[in-house]
Amino acid sequence: MKFKIATPSHYFTDLHLPWDRHLNEWPEEKFVEVARGIHRNVVKFISNQGKVYALKELSTPIAEKEYGLLRELQELELPVVEAVGLVTHRDANLTDEEKAARKSLDGRGLLITNYMVGALPYRVIIENGISKEQLFQMLDALAELLVRLHLSGFYWGDCSFSNALFRRDAGLMAAYLVDAETGDLLDEVPDMRREFDLDLARTNIAGDLMDMEAAACLPGGLDPIDLADSLVDQYNRLWSELTHFEVFDPEDQFLIEKRISRINDLGFDVEEMEISIVDGGKKVRMVPRVVEHWHHKRKLASLTGMHVQENQARRLLNSLNRYRVILSEREAKEIPLPVAAYRWMSEIFNPSLQAVPAELKGDLEDAELFHEILEHRWYLSESSHADVGMPAAAVSYVENVLKKRKS
Amino acid sequence: MASIKFENVIKSYGDVNIIKGLDLDIQDQEFMVLVGPSGCGKSTTLRMIAGLEDITEGNLYIGDRVVNNVHPKDRDVAMVFQSYALYPHMTVYENIAFGLRLRKMAKEEIDQLVTEAAETLGLAHLLERKPKALSGGQRQRVALGRAIVRKPSVFLFDEPLSNLDAELRVQMRAEIANLQKRLGITSVYVTHDQTEAMTMGDRIAVLHDGNLRQVGSPLDLYDTPANVFVAQFIGTPNMNIVKMKVSEDGGKLTHAAVEIDTPAGWKDGVAACKGKDVYVGFRPEHVREETESEWTHTATINGKVTIIETLGHEVVVHFLVEGETKPMIAKMDVHRTPRVGDTVTLHINTNKLHIFNGETQERL
Repeated sequence: MKFKIATPSHYFTDLHLPWDRHLNEWPEEKFVEVARGIHRNVVKFISNQGKVYALKELSTPIAEKEYGLLRELQELELPVVEAVGLVTHRDANLTDEEKAARKSLDGRGLLITNYMVGALPYRVIIENGISKEQLFQMLDALAELLVRLHLSGFYWGDCSFSNALFRRDAGLMAAYLVDAETGDLLDEVPDMRREFDLDLARTNIAGDLMDMEAAACLPGGLDPIDLADSLVDQYNRLWSELTHFEVFDPEDQFLIEKRISRINDLGFDVEEMEISIVDGGKKVRMVPRVVEHWHHKRKLASLTGMHVQENQARRLLNSLNRYRVILSEREAKEIPLPVAAYRWMSEIFNPSLQAVPAELKGDLEDAELFHEILEHRWYLSESSHADVGMPAAAVSYVENVLKKRKS
Repeated sequence: MASIKFENVIKSYGDVNIIKGLDLDIQDQEFMVLVGPSGCGKSTTLRMIAGLEDITEGNLYIGDRVVNNVHPKDRDVAMVFQSYALYPHMTVYENIAFGLRLRKMAKEEIDQLVTEAAETLGLAHLLERKPKALSGGQRQRVALGRAIVRKPSVFLFDEPLSNLDAELRVQMRAEIANLQKRLGITSVYVTHDQTEAMTMGDRIAVLHDGNLRQVGSPLDLYDTPANVFVAQFIGTPNMNIVKMKVSEDGGKLTHAAVEIDTPAGWKDGVAACKGKDVYVGFRPEHVREETESEWTHTATINGKVTIIETLGHEVVVHFLVEGETKPMIAKMDVHRTPRVGDTVTLHINTNKLHIFNGETQERL
C-alpha cells in the first residue's frame, strides 16, 4: 500500500480503514452521509479527525492523473477541490489467494479530496427549491469558471453541473471544479479544442437540467436547452471581453484605462497589454493578456489579510471604499487606502460581526454574514428612506433574520 | 460511412514533433486500434481526427475530403469517452434521446432513432426503466446508445474502458467490438493496453515516440513483428529478446548461454549480418522443459529460476541465463513446475524465432 499525502494537515492514513478493499466492499458504517451529486465512479465520504473527505475509486493511472492535475490547478489558484491524497498498490500486502478473491481491486487507486464545507452539488441546490435568478447565477458561475480554466490553459473535457460544486458568494454563486479526470493542462487551449469543450458543456448542462426537469424540480417555464444556451452566450461574452483586441485612434489612450477597468470589474487582472501601431501609424491596436484572476480577492487580501471569495471581496471592497469616502469627508483630508482599510476593519467589519451571537451564525462564513448584514441595511434604509447605519442594521438582522431563520 | 487517411502528417508543439510524418489508411467500416505506451502520440492522433488538434504539416482525409481546417462539429465524428454518468431521473429512452432533443429534432424522428439504437444494443425492453434498475453492463450500453443514436460517419474511442473494473472491462470489450461489426461504422480506438488492442481491432497500429512502428492484423503483429519494439510490446508475457552473434559463415547464432543453428527460413536475412550482432526473439510459449512433438528444430538453454507466477492452468517461470541481467520467461505446464532457485535446462522451438537487425532493430 502506498499513500501519497499532499499536506501534513490532512493526515488521513487511518490504518483501521480497509484500504485494501474496493470501496464497494467497505462496511457501510465507515462512511458518512453528506450532500452529494451523481458520479460516474464510486464515490464515498469518510470522516477522519474532524474532517470529511471524499474517496473516489478509479483505475490507478487515472487517479494519478487527476491527483496531479488537481494539485497543479490548485497551485494556479484556480477554484478546484483540494486533492489531499492518493492511495495506490492497495493489494501489495495481500496473499495470492486474497488477490484472486479481490479481482475488483486489480489496478485500482483511490483519490482523496477534501470535502468543501458550504459547497453543494447543483441537484441538491435545485431540489431544495431555487429561483430563476439563482439558476442563472449558477450558469453564470459555471461559465466564468470555464473561462478562467481556459485562460489558464486547462481543457476540462467534461464541464457540467455534475462535475462542479457551488458555493454562496455575496448573493451570487461561485463554481468549483471537482472532477478533472478528463482534463489536460496545456500551455494554451487551442480555439478548436476550447470550442469543443464549450459544446460538451452545453450538451452536459442540457442533460443535467433535463434530469431536473424529469424530477419536476426545475423552476416553471424554463427550458433546459435555453438555459444551456445561456451558458454558452455568457461564456462567449466574457471570453470576448477578456481577450478581444481593440483598434483606436492614438489620442484615445483613455480607452486602455477603460478597458482595464471593465476587465477588473469582471474580477480579472491584466498582466500586460500588447500595444502595436497599425494602419500606417494612424491607429493603435491593443490586446490584453488576462492571466491573473480574482482581482478583488487579491486586493482585499493585500489590504486586510482576509481571504474570501471573489464576489464577497468585491462587496467588502465596496463597503471599505464607501467608508473611506465618509472618513475623508468627516476628517476633511484624504485618507490613504491602507489606513481606511485598517479603520474599516476595526470600526465597521469586526463590530458588525461581533453583534451576531455565535450560536446563530450556523455555517455562514464571516464575509457572507457581513454581506447579508449589508443587504439587510439596504432594505431597512430603503423602507425608512434614510441610511440606518451598520450598528442598527446588525441588530435588526440578528432579531429579524437570523433568529427567524433558526426557528 | 467513411475512410480515414493520414498523408505524411506531422504534429509539432514548438520545436518538438509529437507525430513524425504519419502515413496511415483506415478503411471504411474498419475497426482500427491505435496502441502504444504513454506519450507515443496515439491520443494526439485521435484528437487530430476529431479536429481538436491542429495539423502542423501533411493532410488528413475523412472520405475524399481534406479536413485539416474543418471544424470538429462539421466532421461528422462522434467521440466516445470514458464511462458516462447516466441521469437518474430520466428513463433509458430519455438518457439516449437527450442529445437529439438538444438538436431540436422532431419527436417522431427521435422515436425512430432511439428505437433503432435500443434494438441494436439489446435495450428495447428496458426503455422505460431508470438507470438504478440496470446492471453495470446495461448502463454502459445506454452510454454507448447516446453516441450511436447520432449516426456519425466515424466513431472515435478514447480509452473508454480504462476506468472500468476488470470484469466489466472484459465484457465491454466484446460488446463494443460486436456493436462496431453490426453498425459497420469506421471506428478508431485508442488504448495503451495491448490485450485490449489484440482482442478488439480488425487491425492495430502500433505507435512509439511519434512514429508508426507497424500496422496489421492482431495475428500479423504477433507472428511477424516488424521490429524489436513491436515484438516486445505485443504479447503477454513479453517476447524474450537476446543479442546474439552471427557466425562468420552465417550458419550459427551464438550467445554465452545458447547456440542456435540459423533456421532455414532466416538464412537469407542473416547472410547480410555475418559476423555481426542481431537480436533474436522467442515467445515464452516456445520455451519448454520438454520439446513438443511438432518442434522439429530446437536449442537448449540453461538458467536459474528466479520467479514463478501461477496462473492456474499454466505457470510463468522467470529464469536468469549466463550473460544476461534480465530474466527470460517461459510458460510451462502447471504439473511440471520447478522451484525458485532450481537450475533448469529448457528447450527453445527455433522454428518460431524472430530475428532483427542488431543496429536498426528491424526484422530481417
